[in-house]
Amino acid sequence: MSGTTIPAVALRRRRRDLGYWLDHERALGYMLVAPVVLLLLGLVAYPFMVAIGYALSNRTLADAGEFVGLDNFIDLFDDDIYLQTLRNTFVFTAGSVSLRLVFGVGLALLLNESFRFSRLIRAAVLLPWIVPTVLGTMAWLWMFNPNFSVINWVLVHSGLMTEGPNWLTDPDLALFCVILVNAWRGTPFMAITVLAGLQSIPQDLYDASAIDGAGKFQRFFYVTLPLVMPVLLTALVLSIIWTFSDFGIVYGLTKGGPMNATHVLATLSYQAGLAAGNIGEGAAISLTMLPMLLVLIIWQLRRIRRSTVL
Amino acid sequence: MISGNPRMERWLFVYLPLAFALFFLVGPFYWMLITALKPDGELYDGASNPLYVATPSLEHFRYLFEHTAFVTWTKNTMMVATLSTIIALVMGVPAGYALARLRFVGSEFIGTAIFVTYLVPTSLLFIPMVEVMAQLHLDDSIWALVVVYPTFLVPFVTWLMSGYFRTIPTELEDCARIDGMTRLGAMWKIAIPLARPGILSAGIFAFTLSWNEFIYALTLVTASSERTIPVGVIVQLTRADFYFWGPLMAGALLGSVPVAIVYSFFVDQYASGLTAGAVKG
Repeated sequence: MSGTTIPAVALRRRRRDLGYWLDHERALGYMLVAPVVLLLLGLVAYPFMVAIGYALSNRTLADAGEFVGLDNFIDLFDDDIYLQTLRNTFVFTAGSVSLRLVFGVGLALLLNESFRFSRLIRAAVLLPWIVPTVLGTMAWLWMFNPNFSVINWVLVHSGLMTEGPNWLTDPDLALFCVILVNAWRGTPFMAITVLAGLQSIPQDLYDASAIDGAGKFQRFFYVTLPLVMPVLLTALVLSIIWTFSDFGIVYGLTKGGPMNATHVLATLSYQAGLAAGNIGEGAAISLTMLPMLLVLIIWQLRRIRRSTVL
Repeated sequence: MISGNPRMERWLFVYLPLAFALFFLVGPFYWMLITALKPDGELYDGASNPLYVATPSLEHFRYLFEHTAFVTWTKNTMMVATLSTIIALVMGVPAGYALARLRFVGSEFIGTAIFVTYLVPTSLLFIPMVEVMAQLHLDDSIWALVVVYPTFLVPFVTWLMSGYFRTIPTELEDCARIDGMTRLGAMWKIAIPLARPGILSAGIFAFTLSWNEFIYALTLVTASSERTIPVGVIVQLTRADFYFWGPLMAGALLGSVPVAIVYSFFVDQYASGLTAGAVKG
């Protein structure tokens, strides 16, 4: 053989035993993907099937139970606590996602300005998002404490109120509190994602629109917003899914109380399924998240299909 | 902004709102720190000013180390987060590469399925997972978490990495293949080294996701010696209606510090990882 390059085809044939498979596009593709597929079949698809089986049974922690068809689901829609939880979950999601959106986009626009210590500030505002959710929630729990609330101390000492509100024992206020804390935790994600989108907008677009006489607001609505929209929508869908299925914040602050005023689907399914031991009912409650999740997932999939060139 | 005074405008529309945002987002951590350093006498004294510490003390940290299993929880959390991150990268990076680069029947379907599992929340599956772990004889063991965390980490890493690999030009791999390298070799020696920034952000994400995970850690593990920090701190330091506020805040602070350090070093990496994955994914 001469010293010239060996064509890949010839090489492939020569290494028929091992190299052939490591070089075979389809075989290698399956080999690399197989471990992931097996993991997800065994520990996502299978548990999902188990969940459906539970939801159709009257299983408890003590007793394996038997098949009861759709009884669990039918009972749920007669159950005031469940219906209230469903309503809470939608209020909780709508409330905190709107706050995340407003705060997040606002913060992204601010962080996109140049100022001193911008790196430090960017790292600081990320904190609520990166630390363990329930641990951050404990700080809020302490700030809402009936006897030692720092918020109330400030309200009283600044003369705004004579007596601070009972943050977590008043049903409406408690729902407001879990919404606020969820927004606190989720705002950094929204902000940093939108910021990344803002920074990928080429400066010439702004220059061009400035030459065309566009003012600040026009630039925002005709240049910034349309170009940030794809990132914004992705962050929005993820935020809705995460908030809709959130467990930690409600568990940490109120455990669903007072009088179920803050129960969301995840905490109620924990309460019914594991704490009270009615596994069938708990599994059914968590499965009722599915229709909403499917709508969001399908919407997100269709958006991705349209935007990527494959 | 009509005033036309640019300095004034900047204070009003940039610095002031930014100060409010920082107050809202970082304020609770100040409160956490203050509480952790305040001795009980001062903490529960209604007459003292709560906004600062008059006599800082480490008594709550001492309590945390001497009267709770905090050290064990830290070791557990570290072990679970490290192992599940390694598993997630070992499985997810090659799979991401395959989905981005290799053509095989069903690749699009598999990619979609993996993306869908990324969007499935953990609160949907924790009840059956208790049973599945019992079937694997991992009930009430820290190893249950090492096995379960990859179920949400791997789809995430795969999705992020397949987005990242798509942003790397294929030319270098093509050249290597013409020079006689196998496809596996081209992935291992060319593409993966080029993808190092993406792998680093995927690793950071995966590590923090497992460090912070709560619902599986709460439901799959009940022995105190097997707990992770978030669950240990909350279960051990809040009993019925009695809260050990000082040690609770000290534990929350210490449990947050490692991830905060990791992020402060990689904040730029974080943003670029997000764009690669979230935008082009």
